[in-house]
Amino acid sequence: MSTTAVATPTNGNAHASVKLPIYMDNHATTPVDPRVVQAMLPYYTEHFGNAASRNHQFGWEAEQAVETAREQIAKLVGATSKEIIFTSGATESDNLAIKGVAEMYREKGNHIITAATEHKAVLDTCKRLEKNGYRVTYLPVGADGLINLEDLKRAIDDKTILVTIMYANNEIGVLQPVAEIGKLCHEKGVLFHTDAVQAIGKVPVNVIKDNIDLMSITAHKLYGPKGVGALYVRRKNPRVQITAQIDGGGHERGMRSGTLNVPNIVGLGKACELAMNEMPEESKRLAYLRDRLKKKLEDNLDEIHINGSMEHRLPGNLNMSFVYVEGESLLMGINDIAVSSGSACTSATLEPSYVLKALGLGDDVAHSSIRFGIGRFNTEAEVDYVAEKLIDTVKKLRELSPLYEMVKEGIDLKKIQWATEGH
Amino acid sequence: MAYSNKVIDHYNNPRNVGTLDKSSNDVGTGLVGAPECGDVMRLQIKVNPDTQVIEEAKFKTFGCGSAIASSSLATEWIKGKKVEDALAIKNTDIVKELSLPPVKIHCSVLAEDAIRAAIGDWKKKHATAEPVAVETAQAKA
Repeated sequence: MSTTAVATPTNGNAHASVKLPIYMDNHATTPVDPRVVQAMLPYYTEHFGNAASRNHQFGWEAEQAVETAREQIAKLVGATSKEIIFTSGATESDNLAIKGVAEMYREKGNHIITAATEHKAVLDTCKRLEKNGYRVTYLPVGADGLINLEDLKRAIDDKTILVTIMYANNEIGVLQPVAEIGKLCHEKGVLFHTDAVQAIGKVPVNVIKDNIDLMSITAHKLYGPKGVGALYVRRKNPRVQITAQIDGGGHERGMRSGTLNVPNIVGLGKACELAMNEMPEESKRLAYLRDRLKKKLEDNLDEIHINGSMEHRLPGNLNMSFVYVEGESLLMGINDIAVSSGSACTSATLEPSYVLKALGLGDDVAHSSIRFGIGRFNTEAEVDYVAEKLIDTVKKLRELSPLYEMVKEGIDLKKIQWATEGH
Repeated sequence: MAYSNKVIDHYNNPRNVGTLDKSSNDVGTGLVGAPECGDVMRLQIKVNPDTQVIEEAKFKTFGCGSAIASSSLATEWIKGKKVEDALAIKNTDIVKELSLPPVKIHCSVLAEDAIRAAIGDWKKKHATAEPVAVETAQAKA
């Protein structure tokens, strides 16, 4: 993928030419915005001080930069700067929030509630706690990917200390009813953590309106650098306490020791500032591009399936199953386009996406899914190229698909007794 | 994952894609794999009743690039072979020819299964006096 080429769509329509390969996997990561890079650069060579050095100018400059970033982040999510704790990224933030609360509130209870479609950073942290004597409820989701608030209400008991439900899903982009979840938690005196990495900068997130007590943030999903994130920890109504998971010099008000990564923190702050200013315009543009892609695919292909709610969804996300075509072979046919598949063949475990399975999709449909993540730097010409290339490839692979042929002949695939053992 | 050039070639230019008349007495059909597993191969042969030579071989595959390549290669290899010689093809031959990585060996196993299933179906038709139009998998439906 190191070479770049310029190409026009195969049918030679009058589209603007696009640069290949096309990156359309913005839920995995995003490129760093050049304006963010510019803001970061002085903090490597010129203002390189340790933000914890209290007795000279190098330290003061670094500390000032960190405090500015803290304010930029706080402003984007409706928090105060003292409520922002810097971490190495969202996985650490999730670990710190969940383990930190579990340990701090152990005497109050040992029950945690989460959802089946959470990121592994949350699910595996919960599984670790289960081994240590905690009880975890994994809420199911509907076909739309949303949890049911009644299920949540029923799951909360007098031992419940934490509910952790993501703001937006990384595969299907579905937005959970976070404000309602938070309200319910507060009524029951339970803390509410949300992994909001996919939502921040894409949709309006406000910790007060959304009743959030702890929130995981990362830079690299919003055009900032990798390796830096933050945890929002509410300071009043209620005042949330967490047990530190990394011991050391007592940085970040004792919640997370370790020398601050100043350039990356500056980058996270700048990325939040840009998102704050540009989100209203940008989210409209992304939704337009996403809907354009969706319409082109729907107009030209039969037997396609949208995974998850379209109504409650991130503007740049589309997750679609191209039934009777296997996901990995589809990716192979569109190898100048970077997207993701829920196919088992693309994962290390040879299991199809657990998120899609949680929606009630059969393995066969999950195997056929593609996730598109449209971002800040994608253009309309790219969307058109992706649509055309995908339509061509799906048609070609369906010519090759015995399942598609059988379905067209009126055979019910579910009535066939497939030899599944051993594969 | 990096594919070998041979896998890419078969994916881009699959050999012998198509469908033979499964009800014909000279045609054997093998349908192996399962949609839930992400791989289904259908391999068909047309056998000359006098010479026992496989004159036509066609396939259709739902699966990853390696599965498509394995079945495409299988049709290429069995075409022109006598039925008994086609049965001698082993999945390891396919692995070697396509340089399949360990995680893709099941694709070659499936291709060998498909050859055996197609020949088995053809043999079954000739074991009975009356031609029976069945497919291996569908027969159990």
